[in-house]
Amino acid sequence: MLNINNLHVSLEEEDKAILKGVNLEVKAGSVHAIMGPNGSGKSTLSYVLSGRDGYDVTDGTATLNGEDLLGMEPEERAAAGLFLAFQYPVEIPGVGNMTFLRTAVNAQRKTRGEAELSAGEFLKEVRAKAKSLKIDAEMLKRPVNVGFSGGEKKRNEILQMAMLEPQMCILDETDSGLDVDAMKLVAEGVNALRDAGRAFLVITHYQRLLDHIKPDVVHIMADGRIVKSGGPELALEVEQNGYADLLNEVA
Amino acid sequence: MALAEQKTDLAEARLAAISIPQAGAWLSEARNAAAARLRRMGLPVGRDEYWRYTRPDTLTSVAPVAAAVFDAQDEVPIFAEIETLHIVFVDGVFDAEESDDLTGENLEVARLAEAGQADIHWAQQLFGQLEAAAHTHVDRPLAALNTAIAPDGMLIRVTGPVTKPVHITYRHRDEHSDACLHHVIRLEAGSSLTLLENGPAAARFNKVMEVEIADRAAFHHIRAQGRDHERRAATHIFARLGTESRFKSFTLTANGVMTRNECVIDLQGDNAAAHVAGAALGDGDFHHDDTVFVTHDALNCESRQVFKKVLRNGATGVFQGKILVKEGAQKTDGYQISQSLLLDDDSVFLAKPELEIYADDVACSHGSTTGAIDETALYYLRSRGIPRIEAQDMLVLSFLAEAIDEIEDPDISAEIILRLQGWLARHRH
Repeated sequence: MLNINNLHVSLEEEDKAILKGVNLEVKAGSVHAIMGPNGSGKSTLSYVLSGRDGYDVTDGTATLNGEDLLGMEPEERAAAGLFLAFQYPVEIPGVGNMTFLRTAVNAQRKTRGEAELSAGEFLKEVRAKAKSLKIDAEMLKRPVNVGFSGGEKKRNEILQMAMLEPQMCILDETDSGLDVDAMKLVAEGVNALRDAGRAFLVITHYQRLLDHIKPDVVHIMADGRIVKSGGPELALEVEQNGYADLLNEVA
Repeated sequence: MALAEQKTDLAEARLAAISIPQAGAWLSEARNAAAARLRRMGLPVGRDEYWRYTRPDTLTSVAPVAAAVFDAQDEVPIFAEIETLHIVFVDGVFDAEESDDLTGENLEVARLAEAGQADIHWAQQLFGQLEAAAHTHVDRPLAALNTAIAPDGMLIRVTGPVTKPVHITYRHRDEHSDACLHHVIRLEAGSSLTLLENGPAAARFNKVMEVEIADRAAFHHIRAQGRDHERRAATHIFARLGTESRFKSFTLTANGVMTRNECVIDLQGDNAAAHVAGAALGDGDFHHDDTVFVTHDALNCESRQVFKKVLRNGATGVFQGKILVKEGAQKTDGYQISQSLLLDDDSVFLAKPELEIYADDVACSHGSTTGAIDETALYYLRSRGIPRIEAQDMLVLSFLAEAIDEIEDPDISAEIILRLQGWLARHRH
């Protein structure tokens, strides 16, 4: 589904290389985790894939179902089935959460040439999905992420993911700032979305999220490259020994 | 030429060029007193501190600059769907055919041109009085000019709760018209009124509205100044608030080469609240000035000023806002925010926020910011599949939300949002 081939990326303003040849293939139905120390390029990878400004792709490709992701606008990538759950969801005062969700859902449907959801259909769907994430009606009415706690913001990200039904979901440090209960709730939301036609790329510092969202493949990223890949046991190794041992071993 | 002399000459030229209609004793006296005030102050010139950011010449000149008449074919008139007592002026002239009967529950409505012929009228206690009292700290000569020469206006006395809003529409038909209207509104104790105003009025419009709000009365005011771009306007609201009374005013200004909206609020009764807000959208040679002066002269009063401006292609926005807390006005809660969203590098926002406080137990805050569209927020919306233009419009509305939130009636705020969306749709690259 997602194919990343020899991806090199620099910061636009500083001409500083961040990604130095990332190779990754994520198949439909699978869950991949990327772990790595601070500054290894994990978040940059998620931004570059979703189309954030400020990065120069100097070499390599990234495709989603064979389509060139890097040549698309962010909204086109979303309509093509890519979703990024933000590490720091953005607050948008004055725009109701429900309005935002409905605009996003219908914008994507429109781009794909599908009929827009009616207000009634949308409402029914959003209520059911919000309920399973313990998002109450009040939270749906409030402006997007404004005054939300850390946990509420992350649950709201998962609600957007559930409503937009993307094929390729990237979760950027979704566990950061969450207590155990909130993390479980988020993980349950993610697990409910797992199916054969959908893939996940879970970016995290810590193994603990992977106790709840069980990955098929774990990658270790360091200095802009994926230096080691393995099964779930790789995450446990990191948890026990830290990155240093592992990186020494690779070096 | 000395500055004072230049200003006086401007005033004399204006007064000489106008034949003031005959009126009864009370109105003639008020007009003469205003003319005397005006002669003393003179009309503003560019060197006046209070006119530092806005050139007054086209507002003070004897003849107005011609303004093409604009006919909006793509929108129904604003507030048309709301059931109101509708009053229509065309180029500043009352249109009896288009206006409803001037009667309503708990309302006494009369035209200045007619009531001014009588020997006595309730409005004589107020007409020109709030304006005259508003020159204490700063001269407002265009308002004195208005009192001296305005041939007409509405005199509205509210004796109880009024459920149907009074709606004044100002149409512009003649590209050389120079309109001048003076309204007086008195809300008796415990009464309430919503006043809607819309339209450009004329090539040049000078309007004064004096509002006295007695104890426990509530006045809501929502105005949309019309899409005619070439029109010019100088407006003043003078409001005096009694105990536990409420004043809320919101203005939408989309387009206009010259708008100066002054609002002077005097909180005289304890526990009163005054909110004044504005959303302005401008493109190119748009110039919009909000000048506000709030005086706290009682205990435990609240005031809010919320002004937001969206500017593009070299448009100019001005904000001059002051909160004066007098000695003894303890427990004052004063808030003032003025912000601009610049959609390109050519537009300009000039702000002069001021606080002057002579009481020791008060909470006053003010802030002023100028910024561009938040790129992170834009990316966030686009990453959810919302196209750039739609995402940008959402962020513009998000920016304006705090001002729009000052409108209490959801139907009216929906009308305003619709106009904002229309403007955004018409002003894309």
